This record gives sequence, structure tokens and C-alpha cells, in this order.
Amino acid sequence: MSVYTPQTIEEAVELLATHPDAMLLSGGTDFMVEVNFNHRKPTEVVSTKAINELKVWDVDHSSHTVFIGAGVTYSTIEATEIAEVVPALAEASRTVGSPQIRAAGTLGGNLGTCSPAGDTLPVLAALEARIVIASPGSHREVAFADFMVGAKKNSLRSGEMVVGVSLPIVRGWQGYAKVGVRNAMVISIASACLVRDDVDDSVKVALGSVGPTIIRAHDAEAWWKDQTVPRSKEMFAEFGARCALEAKPITDHRSTADYRRHAVKVLCARLAARSSSR
Amino acid sequence: MSENQIYTLTINGAEREVRDSWVGESLLYVLRERLGLPGAKGACEQGECGSCTVMVDGSAVCSCLVLAASAVSSDIVTVEGLSPDGSLTDVQESFIQHGAVQCGFCTPGLIVAIHNLLDENPSPSELQVKEAISGNICRCTGYGRIFAAVQDVIATRSA
Repeated sequence: MSVYTPQTIEEAVELLATHPDAMLLSGGTDFMVEVNFNHRKPTEVVSTKAINELKVWDVDHSSHTVFIGAGVTYSTIEATEIAEVVPALAEASRTVGSPQIRAAGTLGGNLGTCSPAGDTLPVLAALEARIVIASPGSHREVAFADFMVGAKKNSLRSGEMVVGVSLPIVRGWQGYAKVGVRNAMVISIASACLVRDDVDDSVKVALGSVGPTIIRAHDAEAWWKDQTVPRSKEMFAEFGARCALEAKPITDHRSTADYRRHAVKVLCARLAARSSSR
Repeated sequence: MSENQIYTLTINGAEREVRDSWVGESLLYVLRERLGLPGAKGACEQGECGSCTVMVDGSAVCSCLVLAASAVSSDIVTVEGLSPDGSLTDVQESFIQHGAVQCGFCTPGLIVAIHNLLDENPSPSELQVKEAISGNICRCTGYGRIFAAVQDVIATRSA
């Protein structure tokens, strides 16, 4: 096993291209668990730790976008201007693990692992994030929906790495909520992100941990748009129930499919109500 | 860096050479088994319990989740290095005075996490203290005496 610590993105993608079996290591909070438990025996590792250009973020108010580097940690997302412009991402980051995990884990790592329970992923789905990907000599961007293609599967090709994420700054309420067995240090049983756009009073909803990928509740979003009645408690409940119909949960060691579907109903109704109680 | 290659870590201000190690070893393993620094404890090996907490570049992290060979350029501080002369810190003294140690296994991780909190925020609220150690699991004390010890340090430092 060899460990490489390149200083630049270009050096890192060159290493990945010339060492096709190499694993990319970011904060280590997923990777090292697999190594410690002998679930993964990496032969070569490319660490992003020394790549400072991955640790940057940029809020551009003129184009209403924010770029967040892949090496930005959850604790940075919680405590900087990022939290003001994409509050749902900060809320989601706040629910990850413990302070120790949030100080190490990164947004790029969440995308690399691409678990359906990845806390930032529903936010990236609801905001229709663009994932910026580098390979030797070139860059490309892909929509989040085309990036995550299955449970722990993304569409990165050999020799590519995630450089960062480009997100729109949306005017309107946004929030993230999740259900787990306790408040801290928990992997979600079900999660949801709701983004309300004040321009046309539309909503975007994305569901986590209730399918192989993050699920956008497109039908529920369309139903919301068709409602002309004033927003009411009954409408939020109906909206939650419609979101739950779009979930594709399974039963596993963490929860049952029935409970997950129920949790989606409650979470989405609750987020819709919060979005309207401003 | 290849198999069994020697690398150097900066721990508690000193450069420490790591020899004869598999490069996939965690920082926790290297500290305890290679470098004779057993202060950080190993329990869950998956970042859930916090007993292996150390400071890396000024942040409290789980050393079981740090690939040691990737930490070559980092400034690492373990519980052994919290006070320069090896004496007990005010947090450690307060733990003793308040009986905040029962079996003691979680204590080094808690001590590091609390130093990290108070370095960043000298006057945290009770809730902030609870949140700061939410990743440090103690199954003996019920936390009451730990919180009392921390409150005492906060009061003494601000006096």
C-alpha cells in the first residue's frame, strides 16, 4: 500500500489516472472505518489533505451562486457565510456525527461515498447542485441527479475526482430534517430537504435514506404548485402523504420500510409547515 | 510512500519517526502501538465513541479515522501533550476534584475535547458544553460530574 499526498488538483488527478486502483481519501470518516474493519484493503491511496485549493468556497451574489470546494468540512459549512446562503446545507451538516466527525468529514467525501444516508445529499438534490469534476487536463460538470446513480455508486469515471459543488442561492425558506434513534451521532433512518422558491412559490423536495439514491418527490412538488387554496395544516399533511408515496424504502438493520415511509410523511409535512410559518 | 517506508509525524511538538508499519494503519494505532503514546484509547474504531480524540491542526478529531501516513504534515497533539511540562492541566485537575472519572476509559478523549472547546469558546453555555462532548461516550458517570468539572474550569479561568 502506498499513500500519496499531492498538493494540487492536477497532481491528484494525474496520480488517479496513472494508478487506476488508487482510492481517493478525503476526511477519512467513511474510508477509515472500512479499513479498520478489514472491509477494504486499499493498495494505493491518494489523500486530498494537502490540496488547499479544495478547501475554498466562494459566494457570488451577482450570479446568485455559491461554489463549495470538495475539501470543505461540515464544521466549516456550519460556521461560515455558507450557512447564511444555503442554510439547509448547514442544517444537514450540523446533523452529521459529532464535532470530531464534522471537523474531519467533507462535502466531497459525502459525494464520494454517495450513501443514500449521506446527510448533505438531499440538500444537493433539492437545490439541483452541479457537481464539478476534474480529470487530467479537463473539467466537467454534472447535475446531482446524474451524479448519484445508486446506493454508494456515483458516475465518476476512472481518473476523475470531485473538485466541488456549485449551488444556486435561492430566495425563500429552506430546511433539512431527519429521523434517527437519537439526536447526536446518528445515521439517518429517513431524511428530507425542502427548498421553497419565493419567486414562483414552488417547492423542491428531496428524500434521503428511503431508496437507493436520493429521491426527488416530483409529483408532490407538482401537486403543491397546482394548489390555489391558502396554505393550511391539511395541505401540509396531504403534501407529506404525497411525498411518502414517492419514497422507495427498504427494511434493514436500521429501520423498517413502513416506519421509513411514515417518517417521510411526517418530515415533509413538518418542513412544509415550517416553510410557511415565516 | 510505499509499504514499510519510514515516515515522520509531528506529535506534541516533537518529530516522531514511524518505522515498520503498514501504511494503512490509523493514527490511533500508530500512537499506541508504534510510538508508546497510549493516552488516546481505542474502542469502537469507527468514530462513534470519541475515546481516541486527539487534536490535528487545531481541531479535535477521532484518531482512529485518521490515516497516519496521510498526517505527515499535520500538527498532532495528544492528551500527553496538553501541558508542555507533562503536568496536569486545569481540566484534568478539575476532573479529579469533581470525581468525574469512574472507569477512566473515556477520560482522555473527553479531556482533549473539552480543551478544544475552551480554546475556541472560553465561556460556553451548558448546551454548548453538551454538544461539544456529544461525540464522547461515557457509560459510567452519567455526565453530571463531568459537566460540574467543566463548569468549574470555566468559572476559574474567567475569574
